[in-house]
Amino acid sequence: MKMKFVLVVMSSIFLGTPAAFAVNPDEVLKDPVLEERAREISKEVRCVVCQNQSIDDSNAQLAKDLRLLVRERLVEGDSDAEVMDYLVARYGEFVLLKPRFALHTLFLWGGGPIVLLLGGFFLWRSSRKKKDAPLKSAAGIKPLSAEEKAALDKLMSSE
Amino acid sequence: MIIEIGHYALILALVVAAIQSVFPVWGAVHSDHRLMGMAPGLAVLMFLLTCVSFGALTWAYLNSDFSLLNTYQNSHSDKPLIYKISGVWGNHEGSILLWVLILVLFGALVAVFSRNIPQRLRAATLGAQGWVSFAFLLFVIVASNPFTRISPAPLQGTGLNPMLQDVGLAIHPPILYIGYVGFSIVFAFAAAALILGKLDAAWARWVRPWILVSWIFLTLGIAMGSYWAYYELGWGGWWFWDPVENASFMPWLTGTALLHSAIVMERRDALKVWTVFLALLTFSLSLLGTFLVRSGVLTSVHAFAVDPARGLFILAILLIFVGGSLTLFAWRAPLLRQGGLFAPISREGALVLNNLFLTTACAAVFVGTLYPLVLEAFSGDKISVGAPFFNLTFGPIMVPVLILMPFGQLLAWKRGDALGVSQRLTTAFILSVLATVALVWFMGVSTTSIMTAFGFGLAFWAIFGSLWEIVDRSQLFKVSLGRSLARVKGFAPTVWSSVLGHAGLGVTVLGIVTTLAFESERVEVMRPGDTLEQNGYHITYEKSWTQNGPNYEELVSRYTLRKGGNVVDIMEPSKRAYKASGMPMSETSIATFGFSQVYFATGDTDANGGIVTRIYFKPLITLIWIGTLFMSLGGVIALLDRRLRVGAPVSARKRKSKTASVTAATPTPAE
Repeated sequence: MKMKFVLVVMSSIFLGTPAAFAVNPDEVLKDPVLEERAREISKEVRCVVCQNQSIDDSNAQLAKDLRLLVRERLVEGDSDAEVMDYLVARYGEFVLLKPRFALHTLFLWGGGPIVLLLGGFFLWRSSRKKKDAPLKSAAGIKPLSAEEKAALDKLMSSE
Repeated sequence: MIIEIGHYALILALVVAAIQSVFPVWGAVHSDHRLMGMAPGLAVLMFLLTCVSFGALTWAYLNSDFSLLNTYQNSHSDKPLIYKISGVWGNHEGSILLWVLILVLFGALVAVFSRNIPQRLRAATLGAQGWVSFAFLLFVIVASNPFTRISPAPLQGTGLNPMLQDVGLAIHPPILYIGYVGFSIVFAFAAAALILGKLDAAWARWVRPWILVSWIFLTLGIAMGSYWAYYELGWGGWWFWDPVENASFMPWLTGTALLHSAIVMERRDALKVWTVFLALLTFSLSLLGTFLVRSGVLTSVHAFAVDPARGLFILAILLIFVGGSLTLFAWRAPLLRQGGLFAPISREGALVLNNLFLTTACAAVFVGTLYPLVLEAFSGDKISVGAPFFNLTFGPIMVPVLILMPFGQLLAWKRGDALGVSQRLTTAFILSVLATVALVWFMGVSTTSIMTAFGFGLAFWAIFGSLWEIVDRSQLFKVSLGRSLARVKGFAPTVWSSVLGHAGLGVTVLGIVTTLAFESERVEVMRPGDTLEQNGYHITYEKSWTQNGPNYEELVSRYTLRKGGNVVDIMEPSKRAYKASGMPMSETSIATFGFSQVYFATGDTDANGGIVTRIYFKPLITLIWIGTLFMSLGGVIALLDRRLRVGAPVSARKRKSKTASVTAATPTPAE
């Protein structure tokens, strides 16, 4: 967050834009349906000179240019996917805030599911193991020694 | 002179940390009571020395002593008093000193308040805390020294970043750090248990208060940071999945898992190895967060220093502690006996699932935060991972958590009855369906998507399902009202904490879903006298004027907010220019109606007297933060549980009188 604060400040200083906000009234399309699509696309496109900001949030000049570009393509009849492809062709995959699923992003998309599957598998296996040998391990537990029992009683009798 | 005393105290603290790192641990391993007995005194001494040091730096800020490089770069004599104080931690060196101060504070708290835990465990814990303290004190002195002088001393400082001149900054970092750094003591307890090879249910009882304290502060710190960003940034966002946010969110997720697994360990002596692992992991993630934020590895112009030497130093600390603790874990954990058997469908089983999902959620955030860095380092490919990715990967994992939560509260320990619990929850389910239908109807059936309705349902299920624990345990409608009330009075505090914590999460989710689905915004160039209509409000732009603040000049714009012809509020957002830096800043103006907010920010002015006005309507948005308050309150109540006090902060006098009365009333078995 703090980083964002600074970015707003920095971008307004270094990029020479006044401290404006993201989408300005003059950019908005007449057609509300197209404008809504433009906004949805903008949320997934990175302002490439900013740190972790979508062009929808950013006040950098480049973000504004990209917002206008997105709207231009939509007005010309591009589908959402075509607009994205166009941006990726021009600016590279870096422009997407949600990377495409591919070989080099395998672990990015797979990271969470892998942990879930491994964890689930481990739990399943240990629950089976427990079912197999509940008596054996129960027999293996030593009863509390007198000392331990006294300590436990002391703990349990509130304080 | 005061500065030199502060500097010297810091070096002495480092020496104390070195002694504390070695001798108490040696004593604990070799049963040397004299060496073990050193630990509490050293911990308190180290805290006092760091206090002196921190006090000296604060003194420099209060007196605008610009002979310090740090004050020169981050302060200004015109600054209001509160920002002179908060300016101490509004920069890299000062904030890392605050970090260390809180670190040694926790050590001192353990030294003072944990007299009744076994001497060996306490000595080893304080020793392990000494390692962390030593590493960070060394870092402050060698690579981030706030006591560097400049000569000749400038007459005026360059001022604090205006973004940080806000009450939020005064309180947000200390609270967040207490949470972040508090887990260091949990880490130290875990390391001590591994060193001593002794881990039992009592350990969980001694550690749980420290987990709770850290968790409460981390929860509040994150929530506060979110609200701060919301009103300060001026575009209505409240969570950005920014790496800096993720850095504090990851330890929160594993810390929440730890909170739950420690309960299982305390009650049932199960999940011991896992709990210790989570304790190590949570603090490792705190360290990772510190590394991410401080090192400049995020290739960003961050508010704090970007210095490769510092980055490498913290990376070394990170690797030593993560590597060291994992090694210790791999070496010693197999020696720990597993206990406490339970069936898959049981309270323990539900808590294990909770841990699985929270850990998965943390893994998703972890991968998303670090993957771009790793990919770029190894292949040179640059990719971006932002909010759309996290929403897609993190969101779905929360669905089973919310669905299963109420079941967990009602399932019995050891062996539960899933069908029976479902039957007991039927009424809560019906209530949440009714509430969902009512809310969808209120918001408009045609504008509500299926996903939104499902989100409402989840939130209400979490709320009603959690609250149902009260009805279920008090046997309401089954026994007489008087007996139910008597049962409610007799509830253990843990009942209230699980009810509040879980219902609070439901409230937060309700706020998130409603805001995401129904927020609207209006951006217009307005001229004085212009009126626009949105969401049933008539908004009139009255006028703008300039005025002077203590260290800035601002352009204030006034808007009148009307509903049904009546004035409901006057909004005065402004744009500020700070004198010291010339930086522009936008101050938002927010009106709260019930749980919803209308949010105003102004942008550029044009030649014809028009001003860009941004108005956001945020339905039920305050529930997001209100829910976190409930969660924290649940934590506070859990902390009040008498059973936890075995190792928790209790004043010595109170404890003495209590034990005295207990021994007088009931003859306790001889020790």
